[in-house]
Amino acid sequence: MNPALQGLLTIAIGVGACVGYFYFANQILDKVIFPARGPNAGRNINRANHIRPWLFLFPAIFALGLYLAYPVVETLRLSLSDREQGGAFVGLDNYSQMMSEPKFWEAMRNNMLWLIVVPAMSTAFGLLAAQLTDRIGWGNIAKSLIFMPMAISFVGAGVIWKLVYETRPDDIAQIGVLNAILAGLGGAPQTWLTIPFWNNFFLMIVLVWIQTGFAMVILSAALRGIPEETVEAAIVDGANPFQIFFKIKVPQIMPTIVVVWTTITLTVLKIFDIVFAMTNGQWETQVLANYMYDKLFRAGDWGVGSAAAIIIMLLVSPILVWNVHNARKEMR
Amino acid sequence: MADLVLTDVAKSYGSVNVLKHIDLDISKGELIVFVGPSGCGKSTLLRMIAGLEKITGGELQIDGMVVNDVPPSERGIAMVFQSYALYPHMTVRENMQFALKIARMPKAEIDERVEKAARILQLHNLLDRLPKALSGGQRQRVAIGRSIVRDPKVYLFDEPLSNLDAALRVATRIEIAQLKEAMPDSTMIYVTHDQVEAMTLASRIVVLAGGGIAQVGSPLELYERPENEFVAQFIGSPAMNLLAGEITATGDRTTIAVEGGGTAVSGVPSLAGDMGKKVNIGIRPEDFVETAEGAEHIFSGRVNITEALGEVTLLYFEPKGGDDPVIGKLQGIHKGLRGQTVRLSADPAKVHVFHDTQSLLYRDRPVKRITTKAH
Repeated sequence: MNPALQGLLTIAIGVGACVGYFYFANQILDKVIFPARGPNAGRNINRANHIRPWLFLFPAIFALGLYLAYPVVETLRLSLSDREQGGAFVGLDNYSQMMSEPKFWEAMRNNMLWLIVVPAMSTAFGLLAAQLTDRIGWGNIAKSLIFMPMAISFVGAGVIWKLVYETRPDDIAQIGVLNAILAGLGGAPQTWLTIPFWNNFFLMIVLVWIQTGFAMVILSAALRGIPEETVEAAIVDGANPFQIFFKIKVPQIMPTIVVVWTTITLTVLKIFDIVFAMTNGQWETQVLANYMYDKLFRAGDWGVGSAAAIIIMLLVSPILVWNVHNARKEMR
Repeated sequence: MADLVLTDVAKSYGSVNVLKHIDLDISKGELIVFVGPSGCGKSTLLRMIAGLEKITGGELQIDGMVVNDVPPSERGIAMVFQSYALYPHMTVRENMQFALKIARMPKAEIDERVEKAARILQLHNLLDRLPKALSGGQRQRVAIGRSIVRDPKVYLFDEPLSNLDAALRVATRIEIAQLKEAMPDSTMIYVTHDQVEAMTLASRIVVLAGGGIAQVGSPLELYERPENEFVAQFIGSPAMNLLAGEITATGDRTTIAVEGGGTAVSGVPSLAGDMGKKVNIGIRPEDFVETAEGAEHIFSGRVNITEALGEVTLLYFEPKGGDDPVIGKLQGIHKGLRGQTVRLSADPAKVHVFHDTQSLLYRDRPVKRITTKAH
């Protein structure tokens, strides 16, 4: 069968099954279990109405339970058991083993660095781009260009930037842009990604490059939502462009800035692909998610791997809650 | 001190002329109201004085200094915006302090000025609130307070009452009038489309229409001696009736044969050369009086609709052709007149005569042809 037809058929069956589920489940509830007739018609209608929401929510609850809640519980269980002893309960042994590994603390430190640098720089650049592109004719073209990296997968971006940092021996022409420029200026080529500590920042730039577009689009919309009259009032009050930006505009979009910041923070806490594709955690660039992957799938140590996963989840959760809270507050 | 002189000021966006030939002298202590139909450019003119819109022609002087290219903050003006434009993230106090802090004024003086403005506007209890916790009228007072603290030469108000409900609008209007009385030296320019605001607040009204000034004068001048048909119909509600006719006798008084049978005598003098000229006579609905059958009348017609407002009754006569219906306003309640034929006359002093849309009273002034309709 033609793959396109196959796709359409799949869609038709999937959507049909969904519609069928809601329709027939509803019918059975109303006509068979609690029919709206007979001596108990009123009571039956009330009961059916109590059950109906759960009936409709069931598919979503089931899917979320299977693919979200169950894995969390299972990961927690695995993190408390040991592979060598055939899965026996070992309490917090995996955690204490992990804590004693310098590689874990390196990942922890790097994650915190990412956490500070990437959201701050993405939001700052995004805000700058949003403000600067707002009033110029080719602003939309500039915005599209800045937004484009958003469409690239993290691995793809990692590969692109690996080429930027590419190093060739001194006597061959440099194909990495950075080294080509350096060579052009008379410098010696550097192996950028192997310079400890600073290589973290070379990796962060990739994510900043991607997330700036996201921040810009959201903040640009927020900036446009500022009442023009407040800006004019500030002009009449004698504020210069910097004062208008920092004292009138930025405070008015502060809730949006917080949401953008925390959303990027969540992405950063889970960062894996870029590090995996570019350094795989070597040269002191390890991060938590890549550490987890190493333990879980390379070393096959699901105990410590799951413990790392739980740590990541514990770090993400409070920020996630705060983010949702802020987003809701802004919607009101 | 704060004299404002506009000389041949114009505004165009590309090839579209929004305003042209605006000449205006405003002296210190005046409260000038710009009034006109929507789209007449009154807000644009105010924003040009504020410096928020560029002046594309002519000259604007404040206190004898040309300020065409002076930034808004250095013109000595303060503006109250239609939507108040309070800074939502600042408290009332911070809103009022903002301009002074920008100007790096000493803190003691800032506090003193905010204190004074709060006293004048009774904002004391609200100083630490955010704008969102204020009612519309309170926000408007804060917006005015923000102007007062700057102690400007000229206050600019851009339709400040249009976002308030009817009752609050009257109250705030009176507050603004009192504020003006408390600061007799301040010059104020006030934009509105509401002629009641214009009539009650203004020391002089500037009627803008069709991109130019239709007439400048005190409220009663505009009401009693409109320069042209536009102003005649714009000021007063319901609008002045215009009836076509022909001059049949000239002199200190003018006699006009009104189309449709009546004869009008106007106190407006005319020249011998005016004999036979086609004119429009203008009579305000409230100036009509009912006359008995057989007596001389200006207009007679069948009453189509009556509206009894209590102290007066509005009579809408059957329209003739496509014209607006003639409207009469009689004292008292006259519901029974519906469907009746009524004959109306008026005091010659209240009969205006327009030739070529211009009042014969102002025959020496250049004709201003205004194509916009007043209502």
